[in-house]
Amino acid sequence: MHETSASHAAHQHAAPTSFIRKHVFSLDHKVIGKQYYGLALLAVFIGMGLSWLMRLHLGWPAWPIPLLDKLSAVGAPSGVMTPEYYLSLMTMHGTIMVFFVLTNAPFAAFGNYFLPIQIGAEDMAFPRFNMMSFWTTFMAFLVMMAAFFVTDGPPISGWTAYAPLSAVGGDAGPGLKVGQTLWAISIAIFCIGSLLGALNFIATTLDLRTKGMSLARMPYCSWAWFVTSVIALLAFAVLLPACILLILDRTAGTSFFIPAGLVLSDKLQPHSGGSPLLWQHLFWFFGHPEVYIAILPSIGIVCHILPVFARKPLLGPRATVGCMIAIGFLSYMVWGHHMFVSGMNPFSATLFSVPTLFITVPATILTLLLLGSVYGAKMRFTSASLFCLGFISVFISGGISGFFLAQPSIDIYLHATYFVVAHFHFVMAVASLFGVFAGTYFWFPKMTGRMMNEALGKLHFWLTFVGVYAIFMPMHYLGLAGNVRRYSAFVDDYLIPLIPVHKFITIAALLTGAAQFIFLFNLIWSRFKGPIASENPWEATSLEWSTTTPPPFDNFGGKHMVVYNGPNEYGVQSSDGKDFIMQTSPEKAPAS
Amino acid sequence: MATTILPPGAEITLDDHGSGKPPERTPRQRQVTMPGSQAQKSETGMWVAVSAIGMSFAAFTSAMIVRQDASTDWQRFQLPHVLYLNTLILLASSVTLELSRQRIAAMPDAARHAAGSAKALLANGIYWLYLTAALGLIFVLGQLLAWRNLAAQGLFLATNPSSSFFYLFTALHAVHLLGGMGGLFYVLRKLVRSGGAVETSGLSAFSIYWHFMDLLWVYLLLLLAMRM
Amino acid sequence: MGKLFAVAVIAITLISVSFFVMHTWWMPIDISTTGPAIDHQLEETMTGSGLLFLAGQLVLGLFVWQASDKNPARKIKLFPGGASPLVAAAIILVGIEILTLTFVGTKAWGAVNLAPAAADSLHIDVQAEQFAFYFRYAGPDGQFGGLHPDKIDDGSGNYFGLDPANDVAARDDVVVGSLVIPVNRPILLSLHSKDVGHSFYVPELRIQQDFVPGIEIPVHFTATQTGKFEIVCTQLCGLGHYNMKAYLQVMSEPDYEQWLKSQEGQ
Repeated sequence: MHETSASHAAHQHAAPTSFIRKHVFSLDHKVIGKQYYGLALLAVFIGMGLSWLMRLHLGWPAWPIPLLDKLSAVGAPSGVMTPEYYLSLMTMHGTIMVFFVLTNAPFAAFGNYFLPIQIGAEDMAFPRFNMMSFWTTFMAFLVMMAAFFVTDGPPISGWTAYAPLSAVGGDAGPGLKVGQTLWAISIAIFCIGSLLGALNFIATTLDLRTKGMSLARMPYCSWAWFVTSVIALLAFAVLLPACILLILDRTAGTSFFIPAGLVLSDKLQPHSGGSPLLWQHLFWFFGHPEVYIAILPSIGIVCHILPVFARKPLLGPRATVGCMIAIGFLSYMVWGHHMFVSGMNPFSATLFSVPTLFITVPATILTLLLLGSVYGAKMRFTSASLFCLGFISVFISGGISGFFLAQPSIDIYLHATYFVVAHFHFVMAVASLFGVFAGTYFWFPKMTGRMMNEALGKLHFWLTFVGVYAIFMPMHYLGLAGNVRRYSAFVDDYLIPLIPVHKFITIAALLTGAAQFIFLFNLIWSRFKGPIASENPWEATSLEWSTTTPPPFDNFGGKHMVVYNGPNEYGVQSSDGKDFIMQTSPEKAPAS
Repeated sequence: MATTILPPGAEITLDDHGSGKPPERTPRQRQVTMPGSQAQKSETGMWVAVSAIGMSFAAFTSAMIVRQDASTDWQRFQLPHVLYLNTLILLASSVTLELSRQRIAAMPDAARHAAGSAKALLANGIYWLYLTAALGLIFVLGQLLAWRNLAAQGLFLATNPSSSFFYLFTALHAVHLLGGMGGLFYVLRKLVRSGGAVETSGLSAFSIYWHFMDLLWVYLLLLLAMRM
Repeated sequence: MGKLFAVAVIAITLISVSFFVMHTWWMPIDISTTGPAIDHQLEETMTGSGLLFLAGQLVLGLFVWQASDKNPARKIKLFPGGASPLVAAAIILVGIEILTLTFVGTKAWGAVNLAPAAADSLHIDVQAEQFAFYFRYAGPDGQFGGLHPDKIDDGSGNYFGLDPANDVAARDDVVVGSLVIPVNRPILLSLHSKDVGHSFYVPELRIQQDFVPGIEIPVHFTATQTGKFEIVCTQLCGLGHYNMKAYLQVMSEPDYEQWLKSQEGQ
């Protein structure tokens, strides 16, 4: 009988011995996953620091920020931020967070580490491409960081880099010469890294599932990673062309995005015929799926973790997977809702609004199923499960504000106000990050062999949960009052009375940010001093808990795992007196 | 399809992934892609890669359509005739690729490392692969000729949006083709070194890519011919 | 811990909702004819989503409270009916809300962006640039002069690039830095940008429209109250974006005529 040669096919490489091969240029998906996590961790603290600088300036614009003039003498003479420096910090904040944190952490980091293990494979389908995808992403990060250090500073056009501001070059303002070009190059490189990663995820999920691991038995986070990688494949395949066209406009004198007759810095620009709306269409065709790339893995992680601590199965697993797929599909039909007031054909507003509102349906179903999974549970309250429960709360909050923005008539008023800022921070910065926190607390034992400190974890949760509401809920009120976003200062008559709210938000942001150092400390301390973890400390069913802690080089120590059950067998009477049945256990759950 | 050759009388057991149902894939004569094999993974990966590349050319296409309609400065020009010759060359390279695969697949499994007729078949198959590579190279050189032709007419990258897209599309296609040639040399090296172990050579995945480059070029040619 | 979570969620929810309900920070007065429909849409959405928000968070709090009961004899309970009633409820309820909002909202949107401007609208040309708005009136001849970007000279006040020497229609064009309009008269603005993307936003008018370089975009409205309001830029346009504004002055008809005469005299 021919053995299915997944094991032979996957391991063309033997276990590495040198330090470089083990920890730096490693083909092992677990190392690569940790590398992505480390990159995301570095990026999130940089991004958070940038947000502190932004919030300090917004609350107290005249107050000199210590040491800021060391970072940029031009941008912050004597520590007081110039308006352009504020915009460049804002641009880098958004770019770093969306790309290097939210695309990396829930998707590339945890996905790379756990997807192969959860489906019973020894590694990803293409380990060399996997290594290349991480180092490509890292290179993109270095190029992005370089933008901080060029004379003119980082770009000031926002993470959305609308043309012609981003396309005409230095005449449009500071940071728009070398800084903007570096930004575009960095993002283009990032696209390639993401495409390689997505390719690996898809091929691995389709081809390397072990015996008995049908698609129906895949854990929900594996499903989320799979759907996300399909979205990512098609989305980044559009962003890369957009960046190429932008780079050509900036460096080769083409006019894809720049129309005729523009006068900047008293100079008539030499371009003609281009369309600024073309950039918006290309960018948002990528940009909207991108935000689902940011949230879907976290939804999957929460669906994976919550049942473990609820000790009962996830409600409606097939509907859950169906909703993920529906969201992935619909995400490609809604990009125009970023462009309601852009000057595009007003008829198309309705065309985009309907699917945008319609995406509410699978999102609502997911929320209701999660609530139904909490109902009647015997909840074990740990840091991981608290972040899962917190996720439900913030996902509701973030989703509901989207309901307003999805309607063109309301968007006329709320577009480009702090209402939008509130919405996307709740779903991306908060909900998605809560999924990452839950995943960290949950999987840390498996990845390192040690437990994180629960007391510190719970403290981290409480400070963060209350803190994010204190930061982002008031932004809704600001938006309703018409507070415009991307302003480096509030000088208009109607905005001045709102400054006290901004001060409150700034203080909340600083305190909540400080609480994240508890998490960082916990991570580092526990890595070296945490109590040793058992093989399955949370009593979970999926395959990562059927191997040693941490897993060996080939994930299962040479064993070919056979799967008999789905991942949802919680709250069942098992023959050995437990309330769960593992996926690899030959025991079938009694029919309910 | 990959060309995995089974010894005569071999029983093929395809994994049912726990479903209990008979597997849907039935082996066709002597051409079978074993599930979980290197060839199958590579093929899956290649289809995924091809989708991404197709998507990016779709994005460029829509950019071109929008740009053309955004303004009245689109200047039509005559496509250099060498492009049509290049097309034939590229199509021929797909034919030589298929001829190569036929010959390599026709080699009896047991005779892979033996001398004589089997070795001649392998050599023959590999010869057709070298021919494919040569045709690919000629195509790229032909594209360079097309660019020189355009430059002689005063049409450069930034001259006009039509020329911008012409250079963009042809350059991107050529870059992907050159990447494909890199892949081809990788496949050749594996075939020669292993004495014809085709399932681990990546030949089946490579041919998906190469034929896609062919089809993509035909699409681009039609697009450029219609719009310019 | 579970009870603490429930209390926290409920407290946060009630505090948040109260600020919405009390309109502590809210939209300014509405001074346009198309505004009430938008405000109505917003209030309907606020009520509907407010209820959903309350319900969702309270249910979460309740379920977590119940799930925290540490009685070891308690068995887990599956949601009655399973997933199907929830899926059905989501589809039906959300579906109805979507259809209603779309149907009603399209009218509000259409009034602003699809309906044509009134034939007798007062036509004003608006130029946005880094970092100011300028407004141009056609003058007594009722004709706008042509625009020539190469003739733009901010130093001499020729913001629009007019060529009065050669262009008769341009000679009487009135260029000012504030948008002055009569009350209760339909206004048609033509928006164009000199350099990068900008946007025209007057919260009180419930109007927001981007300026897209290379395109001239019409915006029309009728102001229903006199007063002085701010026009602010909402599309990131460079370092002066935060400071880019102009005033909208809505005057009575006689006051407007008087103002216009004084401008045309210059």
